[in-house]
Amino acid sequence: MTRLAVVFAAVFRRIGRETIDRVWRLGYASRFFLALLCRSGAVCARHRLLFREVWFSGVLSLIIILVSGLFVGLVLGLQGYEILQRYGSAQALGTMVALSLLRELGPVVAALLFASRAGSAITAEIGLMKTTEQLKAMDMMAVDPVARVVAPRFWGGVISMPLLAALFSAMGIFGGWLIGVVLIGVDDGAFWSSMQASVDFRHDVWNGLVKSFIFGAAVSLIAVFEGYDAEPTAEGVSHAITRTVVTSALAILALDFVLTSFMFRGVS
Amino acid sequence: MSGDSFVRVEEVSFSYGDRPVLREINLSIPRGRVVAIMGGSGCGKTTLLRLIAGQLRPSSGRIKVAGEEVGKMRQNELYALRKRMGMLFQFGALFTDLSVFDNVAFPLREHTDLSEALIRDLVLMKLQAVGLRGAWNLTPNALSGGMARRVALARAVALDPALIMYDEPFTGLDPISLGVIGQLIRRLNDALGATSIMVTHDVQESLLMVDYIYFISEGSVVAEGTPEEIRVSRDPFVEQFVCAKADGPVSYHFPAPDMAIDFGMAAL
Repeated sequence: MTRLAVVFAAVFRRIGRETIDRVWRLGYASRFFLALLCRSGAVCARHRLLFREVWFSGVLSLIIILVSGLFVGLVLGLQGYEILQRYGSAQALGTMVALSLLRELGPVVAALLFASRAGSAITAEIGLMKTTEQLKAMDMMAVDPVARVVAPRFWGGVISMPLLAALFSAMGIFGGWLIGVVLIGVDDGAFWSSMQASVDFRHDVWNGLVKSFIFGAAVSLIAVFEGYDAEPTAEGVSHAITRTVVTSALAILALDFVLTSFMFRGVS
Repeated sequence: MSGDSFVRVEEVSFSYGDRPVLREINLSIPRGRVVAIMGGSGCGKTTLLRLIAGQLRPSSGRIKVAGEEVGKMRQNELYALRKRMGMLFQFGALFTDLSVFDNVAFPLREHTDLSEALIRDLVLMKLQAVGLRGAWNLTPNALSGGMARRVALARAVALDPALIMYDEPFTGLDPISLGVIGQLIRRLNDALGATSIMVTHDVQESLLMVDYIYFISEGSVVAEGTPEEIRVSRDPFVEQFVCAKADGPVSYHFPAPDMAIDFGMAAL
C-alpha cells in the first residue's frame, strides 16, 4: 500500500514538474518575442540585413516550393477530375483546384516546407553561432545579438512566407490546369471562368494570405527561439533543430484549424 | 598593488546555482599594465573576465572599471562601456559568415560613421599589426588556430579599446604562434596605451611578458607578485604551478569517494 502511494507521488511529481517546465518555457518564449519586437527598429534602418535574410529563407526556398506546388496541383487535378466527373460537373475543376490551394493547401503545405527548409536552417545557424561563442562575442562588442542576428532572421521569414505561399498556389493552379485541361481535356474556358466566378478576392485570396502571414510569424519565431535557446553543444543544436521542425508542424496545423474556423464559418 | 587602478574587484563572490565559483575575491589592475590571472582549470578565471565585462553580475561585492561600478549598470550603459573594451575569446569566436576583413570591420561599421575607404585603411592597419594583411579576403574556416586568434585580436582592438581582456590566449597553439601571440599582446598594449588582463594557465610564457601575476585557487587570490617575485617565490602553490608539479596544494584528482568503495573492495 505504501509502495503504491510512493509510485503515485512520483508520477504526480513528474507530471507537475513537466507542466511547470512547459509553462515556464512558454513564458520565456513570450518574453523573448517581446524583446525581439522591441529591438526590431534596427531592422528597418538597416534593410541590407533584412534583404540578406529574405534571400536566404525566401529566394533559396523557391525551388522546393515551386516544384512541390506543381506536384500538389497535378495530384489535385487528377483526383478532383475523378471525383467531379462522377457528378457530371468536371467543368468545376478550376474552382475546386483554386479554392483548395488558396484557402488551405497553399498556406499550410508551403509553411510546412518552409519550416523544414528555412526554419531548420535558421535554428542551426543561430544555435551554432551560440555554440561557437559568436553571440557572446557580439554582445561583448556592444552589439545586441537579438537586434543584429535574431530580428532580421525573424522578419525575413515573416516577409518571405506569404510570397512563397502565393507562388505555391499559383504553381498548383498551373499544375491543375496542366492535368485537367491539357491532358484530360476539360474545357479551357470553363476551367478559368468557373474559377473566376467563385473565387472571391477578400474572402479566399486575402484570408489565405493572412493565414500564411501568421504561419510565417509562428515558424520564424519558433526557429529563432529554438536556435537562441539551444544548449551550446552539438547535441543541443541537433535537438533544437528537431524541436523547430516538430513544433512548427504542430503549430501550423493547430493554427490552421483555429484560423479556418474563424474565417470560413457559416459560409456556403 | 597600489597606484592608479583601472579595474578594481572588491570582495566579489559569484556562484553558478549553488556551486560557488568566486569567494570574496579582491584584485586590482593598474592602468597601462599587462596583468595575468592564473589558476588551474575551472577555478573561476573566465568567470572573472565575464564579471568585469558585465556579462555576469556578482552575487555580492563591487567591480569598478574606470571608476564606474559594472554590476549596477543598465544595458545601454554597459554597451557604452564595452565599446571601450576588447575581448579575445579562447577560440577566437570569429563570425563564420563574414570574411577576415569584414570580421575586423564589424565593430567599426557597427559603432562608427566612418566612410568605407577609411574603414578599409583602418582594417588593413589592424591586420598589418597582427601580420595578416595578406589574409584579408580569406574566410575564418580557411585559417589555422593561431591565425584565427590573431584575426580575433585585430578585431578586439579595432576600436582602440582602453581595456583588453584575453581568455586563454595561448591554449592549443604551437610554440612559434605562442611566442608571436605573447609578443603581440605586449606590443598592442603598449602601442595603444591600454590596460590588459590575461587569463591563462601558461606560466612560462606569461612570466616573459606580463607586469604582474595573480594566482587564483578555489575562488580567491592565493598569491601575487611581479614575474621576478614569482620566480623566486617559495609559496607552495606558486612553486607547484611554476614547476608544473602534479602534487601540491592543488589536487590532481577531482573530489571522489574512497577508492576502496568505488572498486568494491570495502568489504574485503
